[in-house]
Amino acid sequence: MKALLSGNEAIARGAYEYGVRFGAGYPGTPSTEILEAFSKYEGVYAEWSPNEKVALEVGIGAALAGEKALVTMKHVGLNVAADPLFTVSYTGTNGALVIVSADDPSMHSSQNEQDNRNYAKFAKVPLLEPADSEEARRYVKIAFELSEKFDTPVILRTTTRVSHSKGIVELEEPTAYEDKRMIKPDVAKYVMVPAMARGRRHEVEKRLRALKEYANTCPENRIEMADPEVGIITAGMCYNYAKSVFPDYSYLKLGLVYPLPERLIRDFASRVKKLYVIEELDPFIEEQVKAMGISVVGKEIFPYAGEFDPGIIYEAITGKKNITLTPPEIEIPPRPPNLCPGCPHRGIFYVLGKLQVFVTGDIGCYTLAFMKPLEGLHSCICMGASVSMAHGMSKALKEKGRGKIVGVIGDSTFLHSGITPLIDIVYNKGEAVIVICDNRTTAMTGMQDHPGTGFTLQQELTKAVNYEELGRVLGLDSVRVVDPYDLKETEDVLKEELSRAGSSLIVSRRACVLYRREKVKQESLWVDEEKCVGCRQCLNVGCPSLSWIDFSDLPEGAYKKITKKQKGRALIDADSCTGCSICAQLCSKKAILRKG
Amino acid sequence: MERKDKVRRLLLAGVGGQGILKASDMICTALMYEGLDVKKSEVHGMAQRGGSVTSHVLYGSKVFSPVAGRGEVDILIAFEILESLRYINYLKPTSKVILNDFRINPPVVNLGIMKYPEHIEDIWKEQVTSLEVIKAREIARKAGNFRSENVVMVGILARHLPVKREIWERVINESFSEDLRDVNIRAFQLGYSALPS
Ligand SMILES: Cc1ncc(C[n+]2csc(CCOP(=O)(O)OP(=O)(O)O)c2C)c(N)n1
Repeated sequence: MKALLSGNEAIARGAYEYGVRFGAGYPGTPSTEILEAFSKYEGVYAEWSPNEKVALEVGIGAALAGEKALVTMKHVGLNVAADPLFTVSYTGTNGALVIVSADDPSMHSSQNEQDNRNYAKFAKVPLLEPADSEEARRYVKIAFELSEKFDTPVILRTTTRVSHSKGIVELEEPTAYEDKRMIKPDVAKYVMVPAMARGRRHEVEKRLRALKEYANTCPENRIEMADPEVGIITAGMCYNYAKSVFPDYSYLKLGLVYPLPERLIRDFASRVKKLYVIEELDPFIEEQVKAMGISVVGKEIFPYAGEFDPGIIYEAITGKKNITLTPPEIEIPPRPPNLCPGCPHRGIFYVLGKLQVFVTGDIGCYTLAFMKPLEGLHSCICMGASVSMAHGMSKALKEKGRGKIVGVIGDSTFLHSGITPLIDIVYNKGEAVIVICDNRTTAMTGMQDHPGTGFTLQQELTKAVNYEELGRVLGLDSVRVVDPYDLKETEDVLKEELSRAGSSLIVSRRACVLYRREKVKQESLWVDEEKCVGCRQCLNVGCPSLSWIDFSDLPEGAYKKITKKQKGRALIDADSCTGCSICAQLCSKKAILRKG
Repeated sequence: MERKDKVRRLLLAGVGGQGILKASDMICTALMYEGLDVKKSEVHGMAQRGGSVTSHVLYGSKVFSPVAGRGEVDILIAFEILESLRYINYLKPTSKVILNDFRINPPVVNLGIMKYPEHIEDIWKEQVTSLEVIKAREIARKAGNFRSENVVMVGILARHLPVKREIWERVINESFSEDLRDVNIRAFQLGYSALPS
């Protein structure tokens, strides 16, 4: 049967078809939908772990117990999970373990563009890279096969274009689950103290040699001979881009990208006149091919940053550009992503932007609050960094920084990696004010549950972390709760906490407007033309539902001025307004009213 | 560049929240039911928060790339006036443009930092020979729900795609829960017949 699946859905499907019934991961674009899709299959156990390190360790545990475990994360997630990765490479995986790393060339929704193929070489584990949904479905099975056969973790690397493109997939009957679970201690293999690790170290090299041999015969590393004038070595999505512009060239299409098939590469190189390596990001294949003493053209002509497309490849090789329409000579206003109408983050960041404080920020929807007009966030490095950076800053600034440093972190991010640095603040007597933006969900990546929501990935009821109690138990000097829809309360509490000595934790609690479990239907608001003086106060919250009507754009008589100097007035789009009333709290003329 | 493949390339563009990804899913499913090879590509995540959204749809007997390069798009389906312009260099002189006459101010316009460009329709008239302008949101309201704007757009595009009417109906039925089917069937039909073909 045929189905239209995204790369991510296809990975889930492939794993299920192969008999995999165990999955763990942490959300992160572009990987999130893999585990979401996988969790819906019959008989599967799948969990959102609090972070990627935990997810990988959960997967390792399951694998040592004989299961086939699928672990998913975005590229930066593998940094968090790198510690267990490097050592599970030594122990091997008993059952099977496949780690999906979804990379994000062009940083569509990431803070960096790292090329995780490097992890395969670094940790000495094999890496497969599919080019589309159908390959994603098939390759995840090959990855599990390799894991079982070579007793190794295997990385399945996708990129945003593979994960989030859809294509036609040929569904197969799932194989029945085979119960191979066991409890079998093997200290020489699983207790990585130096004496044993030294032994395993050699096993890793042996395994790598065997994998290099396998690479030459792996059916997914294939030569497609056509015109011998030009040969292209490529993998993943770049293969599709290249095929679409150069259908007649010869190809060495790599499915197993690490370790490389040296014999096959030499054979291919000898059969073509001019050889290119086409790969996004790092010259990962190119450098290894060059190290074989083969002359090849790569990053001399192809970009080293950003994702490719067919046109980029065509232009790099031919020097010719497509004819396109010419953009008119007008400035096109940018349209970056924005906090939604009714977003509770708007309230807290409006207040933070007004106070003269440095806000160490974190990663989530709320990061968008760095933009105009809120400008309520001043750093974003990696998950959890807001809390530790606020501590570091206030320690460095000492009395100069007192009352001026706030660390802000989302609820999911807090549970991911905000607790350890909070302990640091208490332990080392820090002074920073930490705010948890508790919107009851992981919003940025599409509303996943986490340990604070009371629901598991598979929608079972469970216990929920109580941030206030946690803060008290950890020993914070003050713990407060605010409703970010209430601007006055939010501002008062923030000021109080900033002016006190010691550490404090503020939980800013209000469910995300898109959160399905706590949706409150409120009437939308409207602007009374008889009262609006066009002061623009309400526009300072940057709500997409609010717009400005410039009177100069209207015909005479189509508007009404309340004051002489008035240039326009505010307008609320009733279709999108959620009635949160943050804007109304700023209106000194009480011109923003509720419908009905 | 001369392309030997007979692949057709569509680009849907608009603003997060307008239902563009759903529309392109429907288009792809319909093309698949017609027995064609089809791929589509979009970027989720940040784009959902009211930012610019695009979706590429490519179809033919065999499709490799799920994205079109610059100068390769055959039909631009713009869900918002300004967003149509952002991708102009994906088009070529023979491209068709379907334009939803609907304006959503980006934040910089609401803040009074920039002006919303005027006369975009005229720019298109100069650049392409085939321009179809439609008020999809109004039509969707007539059908019963403004949110069906995306299905109205699919309706108007459908006149240019090799997909039979009964397949469209099947796709709409499969794409929506029961309570939304009738509205969307109406929205599709109103879109389909909004302009003379
Ligand atoms: C190590 C790592 N894992 C995953 C991500 C992807 N990611 C970005 S923000 C985010 C979670 C945001 O949730 P939350 O903190 O609750 O904030 P919200 O978006 O709900 O405002 C995730 C998972 C990442 N950037 N880094």
